[in-house]
Amino acid sequence: MKSLEELKQNLESKMPGVTSVLEEGCLVISKNDWLEVAKFLKSSPLYSFDYLSSVTGVDYPDRLEAVYHLYSIEKKIGPLTVKVRTDRQKGEIPSVTPVWRSAEFQEREAFDLLGIHFTGHPDLRRILMWEGFAFHPLRKDYVAEND
Amino acid sequence: MTTPNTSQVDPNLKSEMQKKGIFVTTINDLYNWGRRSSVWPLQFGLACCAIEMIATACARYDIDRFGAGLFRPSPRQADLMIVAGTVTKKMAPQVVRLYNQMPEPKYCITMGACSISGGPFKNGYNVLKGIDRYIPVDVHLPGCPPRPEALLHGLIKLQEKIDGQVIEKTEWYQKGLKREFPVPEFGPNGLIPPYNPDVFTPGQSRLITTG
Repeated sequence: MKSLEELKQNLESKMPGVTSVLEEGCLVISKNDWLEVAKFLKSSPLYSFDYLSSVTGVDYPDRLEAVYHLYSIEKKIGPLTVKVRTDRQKGEIPSVTPVWRSAEFQEREAFDLLGIHFTGHPDLRRILMWEGFAFHPLRKDYVAEND
Repeated sequence: MTTPNTSQVDPNLKSEMQKKGIFVTTINDLYNWGRRSSVWPLQFGLACCAIEMIATACARYDIDRFGAGLFRPSPRQADLMIVAGTVTKKMAPQVVRLYNQMPEPKYCITMGACSISGGPFKNGYNVLKGIDRYIPVDVHLPGCPPRPEALLHGLIKLQEKIDGQVIEKTEWYQKGLKREFPVPEFGPNGLIPPYNPDVFTPGQSRLITTG
Protein backbone atom coordinates (compact mmCIF):
# COMPACT_ATOMS: atom_id res chain seq x y z
CA MET A 1 0.00 0.00 0.00
CA LYS A 2 1.14 3.50 -0.73
CA SER A 3 2.11 5.46 2.30
CA LEU A 4 -0.52 7.09 4.42
CA GLU A 5 1.12 10.44 3.83
CA GLU A 6 0.60 10.01 0.10
CA LEU A 7 -3.02 9.05 0.60
CA LYS A 8 -3.60 12.13 2.72
CA GLN A 9 -2.05 14.43 0.11
CA ASN A 10 -3.98 12.77 -2.67
CA LEU A 11 -7.19 13.13 -0.69
CA GLU A 12 -6.60 16.80 -0.01
CA SER A 13 -5.71 17.59 -3.60
CA LYS A 14 -8.72 15.72 -5.01
CA MET A 15 -11.12 17.16 -2.48
CA PRO A 16 -10.30 20.78 -1.75
CA GLY A 17 -11.52 21.97 1.63
CA VAL A 18 -11.08 18.62 3.28
CA THR A 19 -8.45 18.60 5.96
CA SER A 20 -7.27 15.43 7.58
CA VAL A 21 -4.75 14.77 10.31
CA LEU A 22 -2.39 11.87 10.56
CA GLU A 23 -2.20 10.48 14.03
CA GLU A 24 -0.44 7.28 15.09
CA GLY A 25 -0.98 5.68 11.72
CA CYS A 26 -4.62 6.70 11.54
CA LEU A 27 -6.40 9.19 9.39
CA VAL A 28 -8.47 11.59 11.46
CA ILE A 29 -11.23 13.21 9.45
CA SER A 30 -13.70 15.89 10.42
CA LYS A 31 -17.22 14.54 10.77
CA ASN A 32 -18.57 17.12 8.31
CA ASP A 33 -16.33 15.77 5.54
CA TRP A 34 -16.57 12.11 6.42
CA LEU A 35 -19.36 11.00 4.11
CA GLU A 36 -17.77 12.65 1.07
CA VAL A 37 -14.37 11.22 1.98
CA ALA A 38 -15.90 7.77 2.38
CA LYS A 39 -17.44 7.96 -1.07
CA PHE A 40 -14.11 9.06 -2.48
CA LEU A 41 -12.18 6.27 -0.76
CA LYS A 42 -14.56 3.68 -2.13
CA SER A 43 -14.83 4.99 -5.69
CA SER A 44 -11.28 6.22 -6.25
CA PRO A 45 -9.63 3.86 -8.76
CA LEU A 46 -6.34 4.39 -6.98
CA TYR A 47 -7.52 2.93 -3.68
CA SER A 48 -11.00 1.47 -4.13
CA PHE A 49 -11.58 0.62 -0.49
CA ASP A 50 -14.45 -1.77 -1.16
CA TYR A 51 -14.52 -3.55 2.17
CA LEU A 52 -15.33 -2.01 5.55
CA SER A 53 -14.32 -4.61 8.11
CA SER A 54 -15.19 -2.89 11.34
CA VAL A 55 -16.90 0.10 12.85
CA THR A 56 -16.38 0.64 16.52
CA GLY A 57 -16.77 3.40 19.02
CA VAL A 58 -14.53 4.78 21.74
CA ASP A 59 -15.50 6.94 24.69
CA TYR A 60 -12.96 9.56 25.74
CA PRO A 61 -13.41 12.11 28.55
CA ASP A 62 -13.90 14.94 26.06
CA ARG A 63 -15.18 13.25 22.92
CA LEU A 64 -16.68 10.24 21.24
CA GLU A 65 -14.83 8.61 18.42
CA ALA A 66 -15.81 6.17 15.69
CA VAL A 67 -13.03 4.02 14.28
CA TYR A 68 -13.32 2.45 10.83
CA HIS A 69 -11.07 -0.18 9.29
CA LEU A 70 -11.03 -0.25 5.52
CA TYR A 71 -9.55 -2.76 3.13
CA SER A 72 -9.43 -3.05 -0.61
CA ILE A 73 -10.01 -6.57 -1.78
CA GLU A 74 -9.38 -5.47 -5.36
CA LYS A 75 -6.05 -3.70 -4.74
CA LYS A 76 -5.07 -5.98 -1.87
CA ILE A 77 -4.35 -3.04 0.41
CA GLY A 78 -5.35 -2.31 3.94
CA PRO A 79 -6.13 -1.82 6.63
CA LEU A 80 -6.68 1.89 6.56
CA THR A 81 -7.78 3.16 9.95
CA VAL A 82 -10.04 6.19 9.89
CA LYS A 83 -11.12 8.02 13.00
CA VAL A 84 -14.01 10.44 13.16
CA ARG A 85 -14.59 12.50 16.27
CA THR A 86 -17.66 14.08 17.72
CA ASP A 87 -18.77 15.64 20.98
CA ARG A 88 -20.09 13.61 23.91
CA GLN A 89 -23.42 15.42 24.26
CA LYS A 90 -25.06 15.17 20.89
CA GLY A 91 -22.61 12.75 19.34
CA GLU A 92 -23.57 12.96 15.67
CA ILE A 93 -21.53 11.35 12.89
CA PRO A 94 -22.79 10.84 9.33
CA SER A 95 -23.60 7.22 8.62
CA VAL A 96 -21.60 5.39 5.97
CA THR A 97 -24.21 2.65 5.57
CA PRO A 98 -25.18 4.05 2.13
CA VAL A 99 -21.54 3.59 1.10
CA TRP A 100 -20.69 0.27 2.75
CA ARG A 101 -23.70 -1.87 3.65
CA SER A 102 -21.62 -3.74 6.25
CA ALA A 103 -21.66 -0.64 8.45
CA GLU A 104 -25.34 -1.03 9.26
CA PHE A 105 -25.26 -3.39 12.23
CA GLN A 106 -21.96 -2.14 13.60
CA GLU A 107 -23.20 1.43 13.59
CA ARG A 108 -26.28 0.23 15.42
CA GLU A 109 -24.03 -1.41 18.00
CA ALA A 110 -21.97 1.76 18.48
CA PHE A 111 -25.20 3.69 18.83
CA ASP A 112 -26.61 1.23 21.34
CA LEU A 113 -23.58 0.94 23.59
CA LEU A 114 -21.97 4.37 23.26
CA GLY A 115 -24.71 6.67 22.03
CA ILE A 116 -23.12 7.82 18.77
CA HIS A 117 -25.96 9.02 16.55
CA PHE A 118 -25.24 8.10 12.96
CA THR A 119 -27.24 10.56 10.89
CA GLY A 120 -28.62 9.10 7.70
CA HIS A 121 -28.62 5.54 9.02
CA PRO A 122 -31.63 3.71 7.52
CA ASP A 123 -32.63 1.90 10.72
CA LEU A 124 -30.92 3.26 13.82
CA ARG A 125 -32.36 1.13 16.60
CA ARG A 126 -30.80 -0.57 19.60
CA ILE A 127 -29.29 -3.89 18.64
CA LEU A 128 -28.18 -5.52 21.92
CA MET A 129 -30.08 -3.81 24.71
CA TRP A 130 -33.86 -3.71 24.69
CA GLU A 131 -35.98 -0.80 23.52
CA GLY A 132 -36.66 1.38 26.52
CA PHE A 133 -33.24 0.98 28.04
CA ALA A 134 -32.36 4.52 28.99
CA PHE A 135 -28.56 4.52 28.93
CA HIS A 136 -25.56 3.70 26.81
CA PRO A 137 -23.80 1.11 28.96
CA LEU A 138 -20.26 1.28 27.57
CA ARG A 139 -19.92 4.97 28.38
CA LYS A 140 -17.52 5.54 31.24
CA ASP A 141 -20.08 7.49 33.25
CA TYR A 142 -22.73 4.76 33.06
CA VAL A 143 -23.71 3.39 36.45
CA ALA A 144 -25.12 -0.14 36.46
CA GLU A 145 -28.12 -0.89 38.64
CA ASN A 146 -27.11 -1.86 42.14
CA ASP A 147 -28.79 -5.02 43.33
CA MET B 1 -30.87 -29.73 50.38
CA THR B 2 -31.36 -33.45 50.24
CA THR B 3 -33.67 -35.09 52.68
CA PRO B 4 -33.19 -38.72 53.71
CA ASN B 5 -35.37 -41.27 52.10
CA THR B 6 -38.52 -41.36 54.21
CA SER B 7 -39.49 -44.90 53.45
CA GLN B 8 -42.16 -46.28 55.78
CA VAL B 9 -40.99 -49.85 55.37
CA ASP B 10 -38.55 -51.22 57.92
CA PRO B 11 -35.31 -51.87 55.96
CA ASN B 12 -34.56 -55.04 57.93
CA LEU B 13 -37.98 -56.48 57.19
CA LYS B 14 -37.58 -55.49 53.59
CA SER B 15 -34.28 -57.35 53.17
CA GLU B 16 -35.58 -60.39 55.06
CA MET B 17 -38.59 -60.60 52.80
CA GLN B 18 -36.47 -60.08 49.73
CA LYS B 19 -34.37 -63.13 50.65
CA LYS B 20 -37.56 -65.16 50.50
CA GLY B 21 -38.45 -63.74 47.13
CA ILE B 22 -41.06 -61.24 48.31
CA PHE B 23 -40.70 -57.64 47.29
CA VAL B 24 -42.14 -55.14 49.72
CA THR B 25 -42.58 -51.51 48.86
CA THR B 26 -44.91 -48.58 49.36
CA ILE B 27 -46.86 -46.68 46.78
CA ASN B 28 -44.76 -43.66 47.66
CA ASP B 29 -41.49 -45.47 47.02
CA LEU B 30 -42.72 -46.99 43.80
CA TYR B 31 -44.08 -43.69 42.60
CA ASN B 32 -40.88 -41.82 43.41
CA TRP B 33 -38.80 -44.57 41.83
CA GLY B 34 -40.71 -44.03 38.63
CA ARG B 35 -40.43 -40.27 38.81
CA ARG B 36 -36.74 -40.14 39.56
CA SER B 37 -35.94 -42.69 36.89
CA SER B 38 -37.55 -40.68 34.12
CA VAL B 39 -36.60 -37.08 34.67
CA TRP B 40 -36.97 -35.54 31.26
CA PRO B 41 -34.94 -32.38 30.87
CA LEU B 42 -35.86 -29.42 28.75
CA GLN B 43 -33.64 -29.17 25.71
CA PHE B 44 -32.37 -25.73 26.42
CA GLY B 45 -28.86 -24.32 26.47
CA LEU B 46 -27.67 -20.74 26.76
CA ALA B 47 -23.88 -20.73 26.61
CA CYS B 48 -20.78 -22.86 26.98
CA CYS B 49 -22.30 -24.97 29.80
CA ALA B 50 -24.70 -26.28 27.17
CA ILE B 51 -21.73 -27.89 25.42
CA GLU B 52 -20.95 -29.81 28.60
CA MET B 53 -24.63 -30.71 28.90
CA ILE B 54 -24.51 -32.08 25.35
CA ALA B 55 -21.37 -34.02 26.25
CA THR B 56 -23.21 -35.45 29.26
CA ALA B 57 -25.97 -36.64 26.96
CA CYS B 58 -23.53 -38.30 24.56
CA ALA B 59 -22.15 -41.81 24.72
CA ARG B 60 -19.14 -41.33 26.99
CA TYR B 61 -21.07 -39.94 29.97
CA ASP B 62 -24.54 -41.00 28.90
CA ILE B 63 -27.07 -39.26 31.12
CA ASP B 64 -29.61 -41.79 29.83
CA ARG B 65 -28.21 -44.29 32.34
CA PHE B 66 -30.03 -42.23 34.96
CA GLY B 67 -33.23 -41.95 32.97
CA ALA B 68 -32.72 -38.32 32.10
CA GLY B 69 -31.62 -38.70 28.52
CA LEU B 70 -34.82 -37.74 26.76
CA PHE B 71 -34.35 -34.05 26.14
CA ARG B 72 -37.71 -32.58 25.28
CA PRO B 73 -38.05 -29.70 22.85
CA SER B 74 -41.22 -28.46 24.55
CA PRO B 75 -41.58 -27.27 28.15
CA ARG B 76 -44.99 -29.00 28.31
CA GLN B 77 -43.26 -32.38 28.23
CA ALA B 78 -40.32 -31.60 30.51
CA ASP B 79 -39.77 -32.23 34.21
CA LEU B 80 -36.41 -30.60 34.67
CA MET B 81 -34.98 -27.35 33.48
CA ILE B 82 -31.18 -27.32 33.32
CA VAL B 83 -30.28 -23.63 33.09
CA ALA B 84 -27.01 -24.25 31.28
CA GLY B 85 -25.21 -20.97 30.73
CA THR B 86 -25.19 -17.23 31.16
CA VAL B 87 -28.66 -15.78 31.59
CA THR B 88 -28.61 -12.29 30.13
CA LYS B 89 -31.16 -9.78 31.29
CA LYS B 90 -32.66 -9.89 27.83
CA MET B 91 -33.09 -13.68 28.07
CA ALA B 92 -34.33 -13.88 31.68
CA PRO B 93 -38.05 -13.27 30.94
CA GLN B 94 -38.04 -16.11 28.43
CA VAL B 95 -36.37 -18.46 30.94
CA VAL B 96 -39.00 -17.67 33.57
CA ARG B 97 -41.75 -18.08 30.99
CA LEU B 98 -40.43 -21.49 29.98
CA TYR B 99 -40.33 -22.56 33.61
CA ASN B 100 -43.91 -21.37 34.07
CA GLN B 101 -44.98 -23.46 31.09
CA MET B 102 -43.60 -26.70 32.53
CA PRO B 103 -46.17 -28.93 34.22
CA GLU B 104 -45.89 -29.79 37.90
CA PRO B 105 -43.90 -31.40 39.42
CA LYS B 106 -40.97 -29.49 37.97
CA TYR B 107 -37.38 -29.08 39.01
CA CYS B 108 -34.54 -26.77 38.18
CA ILE B 109 -30.77 -27.22 38.12
CA THR B 110 -28.65 -24.12 37.64
CA MET B 111 -25.57 -25.30 35.84
CA GLY B 112 -22.41 -23.24 36.12
CA ALA B 113 -21.28 -20.07 37.85
CA CYS B 114 -23.16 -17.74 35.50
CA SER B 115 -26.63 -19.05 36.11
CA ILE B 116 -25.97 -19.30 39.87
CA SER B 117 -24.72 -15.76 40.42
CA GLY B 118 -23.73 -14.15 37.15
CA GLY B 119 -20.25 -15.64 37.49
CA PRO B 120 -17.47 -13.65 35.81
CA PHE B 121 -20.08 -11.32 34.33
CA LYS B 122 -21.67 -10.45 37.68
CA ASN B 123 -20.58 -6.80 37.58
CA GLY B 124 -21.63 -6.31 33.99
CA TYR B 125 -24.64 -4.35 32.86
CA ASN B 126 -26.27 -7.13 30.88
CA VAL B 127 -26.15 -10.37 32.90
CA LEU B 128 -28.69 -11.53 35.43
CA LYS B 129 -27.05 -12.16 38.80
CA GLY B 130 -28.46 -15.63 39.26
CA ILE B 131 -31.63 -17.25 37.91
CA ASP B 132 -32.64 -18.05 41.52
CA ARG B 133 -33.81 -14.43 41.71
CA TYR B 134 -36.91 -15.39 39.74
CA ILE B 135 -37.48 -19.14 39.99
CA PRO B 136 -36.89 -21.69 42.77
CA VAL B 137 -33.77 -23.76 42.20
CA ASP B 138 -33.35 -27.32 43.45
CA VAL B 139 -29.68 -27.94 42.71
CA HIS B 140 -26.96 -25.32 42.34
CA LEU B 141 -24.15 -26.82 40.31
CA PRO B 142 -20.92 -24.77 40.49
CA GLY B 143 -18.17 -24.87 37.88
CA CYS B 144 -17.10 -22.90 34.85
CA PRO B 145 -18.33 -24.95 33.16
CA PRO B 146 -18.99 -28.01 35.36
CA ARG B 147 -17.66 -31.24 33.98
CA PRO B 148 -20.16 -33.86 32.77
CA GLU B 149 -19.49 -35.87 35.93
CA ALA B 150 -20.58 -32.84 37.94
CA LEU B 151 -23.85 -32.62 36.02
CA LEU B 152 -24.44 -36.32 36.66
CA HIS B 153 -23.72 -35.67 40.34
CA GLY B 154 -26.23 -32.83 40.31
CA LEU B 155 -28.79 -35.09 38.71
CA ILE B 156 -28.20 -37.79 41.34
CA LYS B 157 -28.67 -35.17 44.05
CA LEU B 158 -31.94 -34.18 42.43
CA GLN B 159 -32.98 -37.84 42.34
CA GLU B 160 -32.26 -38.08 46.06
CA LYS B 161 -34.49 -35.07 46.60
CA ILE B 162 -37.28 -36.65 44.54
CA ASP B 163 -36.89 -39.86 46.54
CA GLY B 164 -37.39 -37.93 49.76
CA GLN B 165 -40.66 -36.35 48.71
CA VAL B 166 -43.91 -37.72 50.11
CA ILE B 167 -46.67 -37.70 47.53
CA GLU B 168 -49.48 -36.96 50.00
CA LYS B 169 -47.70 -33.86 51.19
CA THR B 170 -46.21 -32.52 48.00
CA GLU B 171 -47.46 -29.09 47.14
CA TRP B 172 -48.39 -29.86 43.54
CA TYR B 173 -51.16 -32.23 44.67
CA GLN B 174 -52.66 -29.74 47.09
CA LYS B 175 -55.91 -28.14 46.07
CA GLY B 176 -55.80 -24.82 44.35
CA LEU B 177 -52.08 -24.75 43.81
CA LYS B 178 -51.15 -22.39 41.05
CA ARG B 179 -47.44 -21.83 40.91
CA GLU B 180 -46.86 -19.02 38.49
CA PHE B 181 -43.69 -17.01 38.78
CA PRO B 182 -44.02 -13.42 37.63
CA VAL B 183 -42.11 -12.74 34.45
CA PRO B 184 -39.78 -9.76 34.88
CA GLU B 185 -40.12 -6.83 32.55
CA PHE B 186 -37.56 -4.64 30.85
CA GLY B 187 -37.01 -1.42 32.75
CA PRO B 188 -34.93 1.67 32.00
CA ASN B 189 -31.84 0.25 33.72
CA GLY B 190 -32.36 -3.47 34.25
CA LEU B 191 -35.22 -5.80 34.97
CA ILE B 192 -38.30 -4.89 36.97
CA PRO B 193 -38.55 -6.21 39.63
CA PRO B 194 -34.85 -6.97 40.28
CA TYR B 195 -35.89 -10.19 42.03
CA ASN B 196 -38.97 -12.11 43.08
CA PRO B 197 -39.26 -11.68 46.87
CA ASP B 198 -41.15 -14.99 47.14
CA VAL B 199 -38.15 -17.02 46.07
CA PHE B 200 -35.16 -14.80 46.75
CA THR B 201 -33.93 -12.71 49.67
CA PRO B 202 -31.01 -10.43 48.86
CA GLY B 203 -27.97 -10.56 51.08
CA GLN B 204 -29.02 -13.85 52.61
CA SER B 205 -26.26 -16.40 52.82
CA ARG B 206 -27.59 -19.68 51.63
CA LEU B 207 -26.44 -22.94 53.15
CA ILE B 208 -24.54 -25.03 50.67
CA THR B 209 -24.61 -28.72 51.43
CA THR B 210 -21.97 -30.94 49.97
CA GLY B 211 -21.54 -34.65 49.76
